[in-house]
Amino acid sequence: MKIVIINYGAGNIQSIKFAIKRLGFEAVLTDDVNEILAADKVIFPGVGEASSAMSKLRASGLDTLIPTLKQPVLGICLGMQLMCNASEEGETKGLGIFNVDVVKFSNKVKVPQIGWNEISNLTTNLFNKVKEKSHIYMVHSFYAPVTNETIAKSNYDVDYSAALQKNNFYGTQFHPEKSSEVGEQILRNFLEM
Amino acid sequence: MLTKRIIPCLDIKNGRTVKGVNFVDLRDAGDPVELAEIYAQTGADELVFLDISATEERRKTLADLVLRVAEKVNIPFTVGGGISSIEDVDILLQNGADKVSINSSAVKNPQLINDLAAKFGSQCVVVAIDAKNIDGNWVVHLVGGKVPTELNLFDWAKEVEKRGAGEILFTSMDNDGTKDGFANEALAKLSTELNIPIIASGGAGSIQHFTDTFKDGKADAALAASVFHFKEIEIRDLKEELKTNGIPVRL
Repeated sequence: MKIVIINYGAGNIQSIKFAIKRLGFEAVLTDDVNEILAADKVIFPGVGEASSAMSKLRASGLDTLIPTLKQPVLGICLGMQLMCNASEEGETKGLGIFNVDVVKFSNKVKVPQIGWNEISNLTTNLFNKVKEKSHIYMVHSFYAPVTNETIAKSNYDVDYSAALQKNNFYGTQFHPEKSSEVGEQILRNFLEM
Repeated sequence: MLTKRIIPCLDIKNGRTVKGVNFVDLRDAGDPVELAEIYAQTGADELVFLDISATEERRKTLADLVLRVAEKVNIPFTVGGGISSIEDVDILLQNGADKVSINSSAVKNPQLINDLAAKFGSQCVVVAIDAKNIDGNWVVHLVGGKVPTELNLFDWAKEVEKRGAGEILFTSMDNDGTKDGFANEALAKLSTELNIPIIASGGAGSIQHFTDTFKDGKADAALAASVFHFKEIEIRDLKEELKTNGIPVRL
């Protein structure tokens, strides 16, 4: 199985690579269009600020490639947010895969949300063998509200999308690569799709 | 619901853990990676590695350690100690650290906080603050609490938040090492006046102290070293007790 992690200079990529390695697979880090197109699974990572990450994607032309991919694609954290229509962070236009706008948490709660929160209302194969109310690790200031593409919910001040899915595209707001055994199961589920 | 975090802290010198640890099941008591793996398996929510070495090779040794930890550990971890530039942070994050913690370098050059937040995002910038209560004024100290500054804890904490810190790790020098409990009054004030997570550090001696710092100190996370390293407190027992006391934890 050929797994690629899209390299566009954003995020904690090493941890994702290692997490995949712990599951017995190897992932290649690349920004090469043909290599991405030929992959069985594509991981779209992201940590940092939305508008600068989006500019990097545009500079490499990956912004037009990603929405056309046919194999399973998993966006993680900012990667998931960039797959949405837009983000309030830096007034950023996203890839438009998920039909939802990313907004900021209100001041009623501490921002960023940092730590382990619960996920519930789990659907799709991504959450095979994952129990309702499992804990996963979240670090973020912006969130995607709940929509009909939501496949896992979490709550921090409001209910929001812990994960989204549309066709072959999946996105998790949390970091499966940092979410202990639960995260490993979710990554394994993705790789086995 | 977002849970309260329990964070063991490992002091590192030249790539090895410094404080003695009392883990009979460790093959190599000085290996931070092995210790980190055990903590990850036994319920720690996060780890902090604090590098206290002062050699020329420290940067490379620390970067290598981060890579080895990231390879084995499936929970988030923060690295601190002697970090003073964007380049320092870049290599640590590239090697798999989730966050970095800066202390003296932030006091000497507050702009570093803005620069790091702009380049890497607030979520990976932890500002560590050591302070001592001197006649009712919480004074920020440097060099492990040896050198006083002109800064007041609460003013400095607000400034680092404004500059883009994602989290504050507050160590009370008065409580550190006493095992008498955390500085909950100051912690509660920080937690109320700021809108970023606060990690309590210094003073952990019993399970009750953790309950108190989450309830009275309004802390978002609690950090400790020796009570965990010497197995005076097992993280699972601690979390069971916290849960019984109505504090949300990950079990």
